[in-house]
Amino acid sequence: MEFGLSEQQILLQDSVHRYLTEQVPLDRVRRIASGDEQDSGVWAELTELGIPALLIPEPLGGVGLGLLDAVVVAEVLGRHVAPCPFSTTAVMAALVLLDAGMEDELAAIATGELRIGIAFNEAIGARADAGIKTDGDTLSGKCLFALDGDADSYLVATGDRSIYLVSADTSGVTRNNLTTVDKTRSTCELLFENAQAGKVSGDPHVFERALDAGRLMQAADTLGAAQAMLDQAVDYSLQREQFNRVIGSFQAVKHLCADMAANLEPCRSLVWYAGHAMDAVPEEASLLACHAKAHLAEVGQAVAKTATEVHGGMGFTDLLGLHYWFKRIGANRQLLGSPERVREQAARVQGLI
Amino acid sequence: MDLSYGPQYSQFRDEVREFLSTHQHQQPPSKSDQRSEAVLDWQRLLIEHGYHSRTIPRDYGGFGAEPDIIKSRIIAEEFSAARVSTGLGGQGISMLVPVLLEMGTQEQKQQFVSATIHGEMVWCQGYSEPGAGSDLASLTTKAVLDGDEWVINGQKIWTSTAQIADWIFCLVRTEPDAPKHQGISFLLFEMNTPGIEIRPLVDMTGNANFNEVFFTDVRVPKHQIVGERGQGWMVANAILGHERGSLAPPDAARSRLNGVIQLMQSETINGEKLIDNPVFLDRLMKLQGRVLAMQYHDMRLLSARINKNQDVKLASMIVKLIGTELRHELEGFAIDVMGEMGLAYEDNPYVRSGGSWQYSYMYYLGLIIGGGTSQIQKNIIAERGLGMPKEPKVGAR
Repeated sequence: MEFGLSEQQILLQDSVHRYLTEQVPLDRVRRIASGDEQDSGVWAELTELGIPALLIPEPLGGVGLGLLDAVVVAEVLGRHVAPCPFSTTAVMAALVLLDAGMEDELAAIATGELRIGIAFNEAIGARADAGIKTDGDTLSGKCLFALDGDADSYLVATGDRSIYLVSADTSGVTRNNLTTVDKTRSTCELLFENAQAGKVSGDPHVFERALDAGRLMQAADTLGAAQAMLDQAVDYSLQREQFNRVIGSFQAVKHLCADMAANLEPCRSLVWYAGHAMDAVPEEASLLACHAKAHLAEVGQAVAKTATEVHGGMGFTDLLGLHYWFKRIGANRQLLGSPERVREQAARVQGLI
Repeated sequence: MDLSYGPQYSQFRDEVREFLSTHQHQQPPSKSDQRSEAVLDWQRLLIEHGYHSRTIPRDYGGFGAEPDIIKSRIIAEEFSAARVSTGLGGQGISMLVPVLLEMGTQEQKQQFVSATIHGEMVWCQGYSEPGAGSDLASLTTKAVLDGDEWVINGQKIWTSTAQIADWIFCLVRTEPDAPKHQGISFLLFEMNTPGIEIRPLVDMTGNANFNEVFFTDVRVPKHQIVGERGQGWMVANAILGHERGSLAPPDAARSRLNGVIQLMQSETINGEKLIDNPVFLDRLMKLQGRVLAMQYHDMRLLSARINKNQDVKLASMIVKLIGTELRHELEGFAIDVMGEMGLAYEDNPYVRSGGSWQYSYMYYLGLIIGGGTSQIQKNIIAERGLGMPKEPKVGAR
C-alpha cells in the first residue's frame, strides 16, 4: 500500500520544476502577461520534456501516462504561474480525441504543432445571449470564455454535450480575445456563422470525463499556486522587520501562515486521490473531480487573500508580482464552473438530487 | 499510488470477518457499565484473538503480535463496517500502557499492563491544573519526599473518569528549584488513598465529563514513579504524542456526514425535504469535500507509516486542528438542518438521534480546546512545520 507519488512522478515533477525555475522566471511571465512575448515559446520548450504528449499513447509519439501524472504537472505549472495551454490541449483535448480515435490530431498535439482550445462554456452554463446551434456539421451562435485565445482549433460543446472540432481560421469563425484578470492564460469568445465543423463525439460521457479532467487540472494548478503563495508569505515574514522584530515572530502572522498550511495539506491528498480515481476508480472519478475543483477553489481563495495580507502593502503592489498567483487562483475558481455549480454537480453524481 | 493492501492480507481480512460473524452476538450492549461482566468478557475475547492489545507482549497479557500497521487497519475497518465494539479505550489503555512499556520498570509492567488492558484496573490522568493549561509545564502540585513516601498537595482539573478510576498517573513538581521542565515527576497512585477529594465538573453538555481532584497530604510509596525524579515532562510528552492523533478519527467524520445526509432526506419543512433545498445542499457538499480531503489525508499518513521515505512531518501536525474544527462544524450543520427541532435535548419528545448532534457539537468544542488548543496547534504548525520563530517571553503584569 502506498498513497503518494511514485519515483517516476517525482522525477517528472522535478524536471518541470527545474525547467520553469530556470527558463520561466517571473520576468518572463510578466513579458507574456503584458503581451510582449507569446506563450508558444514556453509550450515549444515544454515539448522537449514531453508535456504536450503526456496522455498520448506511445505509438502516436506520446508518453502514455495517466491523469495522476497530469495532476503532478498541473501542480508545478500552477506553482510557477506558467503561461501555457496544458489543461486544454494536453489534457482535455487529448482525452476527447483519444476517445474519438483521431490519431493524426493526437500525433500533432504530441509534437507541439497543434494547439486545441476548449469551448465548453455553452454546455456547462449558457448565458442569455450566447449558445451554439448546429445544422448538420455547421455551427452558429456564440461561445463565451473559450479557453486559450491562441489555439489553432477548438473543441466546441453544444447544449446536448456533443463535441465538434472547428478550426480557428475556418470561414464563419470570428475570434475575439476576452481580457480577464488572469493574464497568464488567455480566453476568447468564438462567434460562428454557419462555420464548418466536424462532429467528434455525441456521447455525454466523453464531455463529462474531459470536463472532470479539466476541473481537476484547475484544482491541481490552484494547489501549486497556493503553495507558492504560502511559501512566499513565510519567506517574506522572516525577512520583513517591524517593531525591531521579523513580522514572522508575531503570533498573529504565524497563525495566518499556520491556517494556510493546515488547510492546504489535506488538499494535496484530495487532489492526488482524485487523479488516481480518474485513472483507476472510475465510479468515484466524477465526484472526486468536482470536490477537488470546488474545495481547492475555496481553500485557494483563502490562501490567496491571506498570503497577500502577510506581505502587507507590498503584497498589493505590482512590484512583487504576487498578484499573478492571486489572479490565477481566481480564474481557476470560476472557469469550467464556479464552486457552487460544481458542488451541485457533486450532489447530482451521487444521486442526492 | 497503490491503495491495495496486497493479496497476503486478504486471508487476514477473511479471518477477521470470520471472527466477527461467529462472535459479534457476544458483544456487550451499548452503554454497558465498563466494569460489567459482559464488557470484561468481550475485552478478554478480543485480546485472545489479537483484536485488542495486539502488539503488547504476551508476558504482559497482550496478544504478542509483531507490529503490522495494515493488519491493525484491517481490524479497524472490519469492526467499523460491522458496527461491532472494538473494546475498551480510555487513558490508561491508550496513554499509560504505551509509556509503561517504553519506560516502566519490569515490576511496573507486571503489576499494571495486563490488569489495565483487561479493564480490571481503570485509570485517570492528572495533568492539567487551574493555573497550568496550555503551559502545562508550569504545574504546581507538589510532592515532597518524607522517608519512603511522597507527600502530595495541590489540585488537578479536567480529570475525566476520576470518579470511577482505581489509579491515577499524575504529574507533580518534585524539584522546586530546577527549571520548570526538569522539576516534574510522573507518579502512579491509588485513587482511594486518604487525602484525595473528587468534585464533578459539570460542562456545557450538562454532563460531568470531567472532575476536579484535590490532594491534601496524600502519601504515596516512593517507588511508584515512572522514570527518574525530574524526568516526568519527557514521559508526559511521549504520552501526548499518542493522544493528538486519536482525537478526531476521519472514519467517524464520514459516518457522521452520512448521518446528516439521512437526516436531510427525512426531515421536511413545509413538505420539502431539506436535501432538496439548494442552500442546505451546498453547505452539505462543502462539508463533504472537506471530510473527503481529511479521509485521503489519513490514507497519506497511514501510507507514510509503512513507507518511511514519505515526508509527512507538516501533514501530521494539522490533524488535531483541522479534524476537531471540522467535526464541530459538521455537528453544528446538522443542528441547522433541523432548525428549532435541533434545539431539542434530553427528555424533549421531538429529540433526534438521542440529542447526539447537540451533544457532539458541544463536546467537540471541548476537544478543540482540550489536548492542546487550536491556537497551540497553530503555534506548533508555524514553529515546527514552517520554521517560524518562537514567541519572545514576556512576564505577566
